[in-house]
Amino acid sequence: MSDKKTNIIEISELNKWYGDFHALKNINLEIQEGEIIVVCGPSGSGKSTLIRCVNFLEKFQEGSILVSGTELTDDAQKIRKIRSEVSMVFQHFNLFPHLTILDNLTLAPIWVHNETKEESREKALKLLDRVGIKDQAEKYPNQLSGGQQQRVAIARSLCTNPKIMLFDEPTSALDPEMISEVLDVMIELAREGITMICVTHEMGFARKVANRIIFMDDGQIVEENDPENFFNNAESDRLQLFLDQILTH
Amino acid sequence: MPVFDQQETRKPPVSQIGAVVWLKTNLFSSWINSILTFASLYLLYIMIPPLLNWMIFDASFSFGTVNFFGFEIKFSEEMATNDNCGRVGACWPYIYEKLYMYTYGFYPRTETWRPNTVFVLTGLLFVIIPLVKNYKYKNRVTLSLIIFYPLISYVLIAGGFGILAPVPTDQWGGLLLTLIIASVGIIVSFPIGVLLALGRQSNLRIIKLFSTLFIEFIRAVPLITILFMASFVLPLFLESGNYFDKLLRALIGIALFQAAYFAEVVRGGLQAIPRGQYEAADAIGLSYFQKNVLIILPQALKISIPNIVGSSISLFKDTTLVLIIGLFDMLAMVNLTSNDPYWLGREPEGFVFVTMVMWAILYTMSRYSRKLELRFNTENKN
Repeated sequence: MSDKKTNIIEISELNKWYGDFHALKNINLEIQEGEIIVVCGPSGSGKSTLIRCVNFLEKFQEGSILVSGTELTDDAQKIRKIRSEVSMVFQHFNLFPHLTILDNLTLAPIWVHNETKEESREKALKLLDRVGIKDQAEKYPNQLSGGQQQRVAIARSLCTNPKIMLFDEPTSALDPEMISEVLDVMIELAREGITMICVTHEMGFARKVANRIIFMDDGQIVEENDPENFFNNAESDRLQLFLDQILTH
Repeated sequence: MPVFDQQETRKPPVSQIGAVVWLKTNLFSSWINSILTFASLYLLYIMIPPLLNWMIFDASFSFGTVNFFGFEIKFSEEMATNDNCGRVGACWPYIYEKLYMYTYGFYPRTETWRPNTVFVLTGLLFVIIPLVKNYKYKNRVTLSLIIFYPLISYVLIAGGFGILAPVPTDQWGGLLLTLIIASVGIIVSFPIGVLLALGRQSNLRIIKLFSTLFIEFIRAVPLITILFMASFVLPLFLESGNYFDKLLRALIGIALFQAAYFAEVVRGGLQAIPRGQYEAADAIGLSYFQKNVLIILPQALKISIPNIVGSSISLFKDTTLVLIIGLFDMLAMVNLTSNDPYWLGREPEGFVFVTMVMWAILYTMSRYSRKLELRFNTENKN
């Protein structure tokens, strides 16, 4: 390893099939602590599948994934340990509709991390304040707008003090005028040094905060580069085509 | 460029509201609907007046003098007998005379206060539970109610334990028995049903297979068969004279039967929960148990409330089948009491009475379910 920083995620020779469909082909990826990775590519290219493998929401058939030194296996204990360090923000927020915003946030701290009600509540309110919706704490998710719900989801995943955050198209289900309020929160997070892997089509966000951008197509990593070269000196034709399509309007 | 003024809000045109419009849209919207409306009106016309005549206008209310909570209410000089009651209208004095049988069966008359206390306690439950809703220790209160209420009720009704005179189960009957069978059946089968539903969704092959086989086997068999099995076949396999109580056997049969139905109802609820909820619960690190208890079941059960209550209502009605294995629930009392030589041939009064009691109980249940639905509805709260 040329770099002095440690790898927090090491993915090697990862292969995944859905039935006969080869969804991920020989993925090799190392991510260092504090890195911001943006994964993009056409739909069906395996981006979501890849990050869902990192917290074992998807099982894979070949290869290995190490998350802060722990290898992902079927062992339920290990999976729970990894999931307490890796949290995820979903495209459709997936807030728990039967719980208030505050209860959504304090659930994992209380039940998984054995924190007391009071301390988790205090932390939750701080996080809600940070994403700008402290005054909605006692409401239910469906009383909030999409952008607010996604900010709650981000706060919920921060509540367990994760080392790694996975974002699975966090702005794709939002109305256009709500996208920026979510991106602002993500940009702020990125600047605080948490490791992030974001599947997103928000190229402005990628340009602004990403350390590396990964372009996937047909289940494999086609190209990987820093933002500057990624947008200006695309090496493969497929990336060039993709960039042309999404940047022309 | 035109600029538009703010429009005023106003009431809808008169031609769109009011009774005539309601009639037109709901009863006479097409010629088929008009025919159906008239046909229904005609049916009501030929059925309701005779029924009212039989039940009220031609009926006998000669109860004699009734002691109502210490007040003497005089209906007539003497209580009517089967002979002078008449045959044109209903003979309600028969119901009054047999009210004890309809309510308690053969329960010893000196011990009536015991089932009455249980009835009052049950009523109190429905008063206490909403009251403690916002109380700090509501979980403890609920838990102790769950443990102590059945225990106290059992000791009161069955007696024994050196405290109260024991009353064997073959003396229980009437509405008391109906309520016991229905409530024990529903309460015992519910957790089993939830476990079976989860089992059927499980990733563990053996548990899934067992749950599926159990559910499909029970659902393919009528309740009456299960009751016969529990009552007559099961004792053949057990040492003679050593088999346990007939009521207990019937209860086990009913609980298993109902568990299979609850399992399917709850499974329907589980399938309505979006996959994202499971994933989010997994992603924050909840265990299988926590995921189901904290996230999935509260939502799935809430969706299932109407079907859970519907299934409970069918069970309540099905409890009348225990007549076949020689348990005397409220419906069985109709035949039993009208075989009394003194009150021969009073089945119609009995059936109408039982129908009205059943309807009152079941209608209350379905209203209560509607209330629960509204209370738990956080999805669309505004």
